[in-house]
Amino acid sequence: MSTIPPLLETRGLTMRFGGVVANDDVNFALEEMELRCLIGPNGAGKSTFFKMLTGQLTPSEGRIRFRTYPIAGNLPHQIARLGIGIKTQIPNVFNGLSVRENIWLAAARAARRDASTIRAKAIVDDVLERIMLPHLAEAIVGQLSHGQRQWVEIGTVLAAEPELILLDEPAAGMTDEETVRTAEIIREINKNRALIVVEHDMEFIKMIAKKVTVFHQGRIMMEDSVDAVLADSRVRDVYLGKKVAA
Amino acid sequence: MDLVAILGLNVVNGAASLFLLCLGLAIIFGMMRIINLAHGEFVMLGAYAAVIAANAGVNIFVAMLIVAPLFVGLVGIVVERCLIQFLYGRLVDSMLATWGLSLLIIGLVTTIFGNTMQGVPTPLGGFAIGAYRTSYYTLFLLAVAIAMLALVYGVLRYTRFGLIARAVMQNPEMAAVLGVNPARVYMATFALGAAVTGLAGGVLAPVSGITPVMGGAYVAKAFITVVGGGAAIISGTVSASGLFGFVNQLGAYFTTPVYGEVILFVSAIILIRLLPQGISGRFFKGTV
Amino acid sequence: MSASVKLSLQVVAILVACVAVAVMPVAVDLFQLMQFTLFASMAVLALSLGFIWGFGGILCFGQTAFFGLGAYAYAVAAINFGDSTPAILLAIIVPALFALALGYFVFYGRISDVYLGVITLTVTLILFNVFNSMAGDAYKIGTARLGGFNGMPAVPTFNMPFDPSSVLFPEQSWYVTGGALIAIYIGLRLILRSPFGRVAIAVRENETRASLLGYDPRAIKLGVFVLGGAIAGFGGALYVNWGAFVGPTIFSLSLSAEIIIWICIGGLGTLIGPIVGCFIIEYLISQIGSQQSFNSNLVLGAILIVFVLLLPKGLVPTIRLLLEGAGRLATKGRGQAPNAAPDLSAGQPVGAE
Repeated sequence: MSTIPPLLETRGLTMRFGGVVANDDVNFALEEMELRCLIGPNGAGKSTFFKMLTGQLTPSEGRIRFRTYPIAGNLPHQIARLGIGIKTQIPNVFNGLSVRENIWLAAARAARRDASTIRAKAIVDDVLERIMLPHLAEAIVGQLSHGQRQWVEIGTVLAAEPELILLDEPAAGMTDEETVRTAEIIREINKNRALIVVEHDMEFIKMIAKKVTVFHQGRIMMEDSVDAVLADSRVRDVYLGKKVAA
Repeated sequence: MDLVAILGLNVVNGAASLFLLCLGLAIIFGMMRIINLAHGEFVMLGAYAAVIAANAGVNIFVAMLIVAPLFVGLVGIVVERCLIQFLYGRLVDSMLATWGLSLLIIGLVTTIFGNTMQGVPTPLGGFAIGAYRTSYYTLFLLAVAIAMLALVYGVLRYTRFGLIARAVMQNPEMAAVLGVNPARVYMATFALGAAVTGLAGGVLAPVSGITPVMGGAYVAKAFITVVGGGAAIISGTVSASGLFGFVNQLGAYFTTPVYGEVILFVSAIILIRLLPQGISGRFFKGTV
Repeated sequence: MSASVKLSLQVVAILVACVAVAVMPVAVDLFQLMQFTLFASMAVLALSLGFIWGFGGILCFGQTAFFGLGAYAYAVAAINFGDSTPAILLAIIVPALFALALGYFVFYGRISDVYLGVITLTVTLILFNVFNSMAGDAYKIGTARLGGFNGMPAVPTFNMPFDPSSVLFPEQSWYVTGGALIAIYIGLRLILRSPFGRVAIAVRENETRASLLGYDPRAIKLGVFVLGGAIAGFGGALYVNWGAFVGPTIFSLSLSAEIIIWICIGGLGTLIGPIVGCFIIEYLISQIGSQQSFNSNLVLGAILIVFVLLLPKGLVPTIRLLLEGAGRLATKGRGQAPNAAPDLSAGQPVGAE
């Protein structure tokens, strides 16, 4: 239909660990400015998928294209420089540094990409406001709560100003109020950037999602609008099955 | 032809010595993920134990094959209880503390026995291949290496202790659930590694200079071989000591013994660069 | 401790150090001054490892490789040129290039931290073997004989820049060595405040996160490693200037161990700590050496074990914590605890997929 090439596209993406197939022939495409949610039970391969997109894992097979660049097997920093940012599932921050330093490190990199060093501080102040932590700017991140560290990591992702943002369970461990705020930020980011969000919380997904991709056993099981997906009996079985197993 | 034979014998001897030197370290590193930088000093203690026992009138073979491993095994138990048990999971700290231990042992031995010690003559005499003379002791070392290989493989593979030890190293909590006390398994494994190292020191004593700092020459060599061999204790150590022993002896023959050692180090570093998982991680499967 | 307090303490420490360097020749006799010159040259080595290990997270067990290469480079160049000026430069450049080659090999080869320790230690042993065996007339660079196990005696010491005829007096050598130590300390402090330094610390803190933000951890670590090599090499030149001699024992295992001990005692992750640790340990060794009743290995080994087990942070951070504790007690009641309630789960993975 559309003649504009996708922002991100994977073809036959496969990841094997020994005999275990974590991702199997994943064909995925994301349009410019799109907001996509990924759902699926634990072990469905969502995090593996993210790790391949960001260069933390080299795919066993398949291609990944970001705009015109083939990125499968590139190193994380190379992919980051092309403009993909990620908030990982477990808060992945600089625990020994202050909140401000964490954000600054991301902003400095972004500012360097745009060849203007003066902007870094402005970005930092702006991001601190957006993640509502200006009062904790000098606090050491390792001493913050789990939820606050989630915010710091979201802040580093924002400050890096990537073209595509990957969020792995952004609302995990947050209060209801914080979850709403996260949804707000995501919608705000989506005004001029594309996002892929992994979540389990269906309420949260309803707040933000338009189109949802369901992963199951390493494959894409279905891809449709949020209502269609939530109404689908197979999706319910997958989640129900998981609950029974748990 | 004679030259090839003697060179071959040297290579086999080099590999066997290296294997003996590394085996105890491989057990401790491979199963416990503890880098014991006092490994060279365990070798030295084994050599001292053998020499002192032999000089006191004990049969040289008893001194080398029984007294040395027994003594160093006991030292291993003491060290594990007093030091290592506090350092599991703290890899860097374990390296630092065992480096301290290494200095401590050197200092202790120097204080007690002084800077040098009368060694023991090489037993078993020699024989000739054409124009070249060599000693039966070379063959003895090879026999000991093969016996140790069989013994350690048998213990790890077929005994209850071996099974438990491998299980604990894989998953300590699970083993604890099964009623095995991980602390005792660690202690026994460390003691086993120390005893094997002591035996290496014992049998190498007649062919080494006996000084308190003799361990320094062994520790890096043993380490780089174990790391080059990779995670699998037996196959890794055998393949790496075979390869490096070969490189070392050939290098020594064509240049000097010193450069033979340098060539060993350089090739080991290159190997680690090429195969970060070690030889066994690349070519062998399985844990033993 | 707030950043401004920290900064003012650092400035005070630097001022005190400057005064100490200035008055030392008046305060102590020549023998002691020579001792302090030696300690200060070794403290430069301590700083180099304190920097790469404490701030770059690079566990290098063979920092003395660069120290020794610097010393040999200086000695060879000084004998050939008769002027210490280019020799000092070479003592920085040669080890830096060696660090570049070794670091490239290691960091770009996905070699893990622990193996790095083993490899650097091995490299030191290789250098020891090589330099130890290079005896005889065959091993000459220009007019400089490397001397094998005998080392290189009668190396020209520092002279005024580009003026070989005016050789420095011991007092002047002290000013140069002590001054260099302070200058390097200040230089490293400035680097740590610069963007490069902050990124280096970030890489130490969390390599994965740094790379996901677009920083290449390999390049950053390599930069830190090369800088450390250059500083250690310069320390080597200062060391030769002190004794007019260099031998292969500069690559010995025992010196490698000493450097590690300086840092463990002084405190990893500080710059003052390694200097303090170096002075304490070297003073101790010189005292033991003159007494003959204790073996220094025995004492050093025991100290290292005690510190690793009981005081793993080292002296300087422990004292700092105590001072902070005292400070907090003093200001207690003013009610400032900006929700710094330490989260026990910090750093622990919560629910991994």
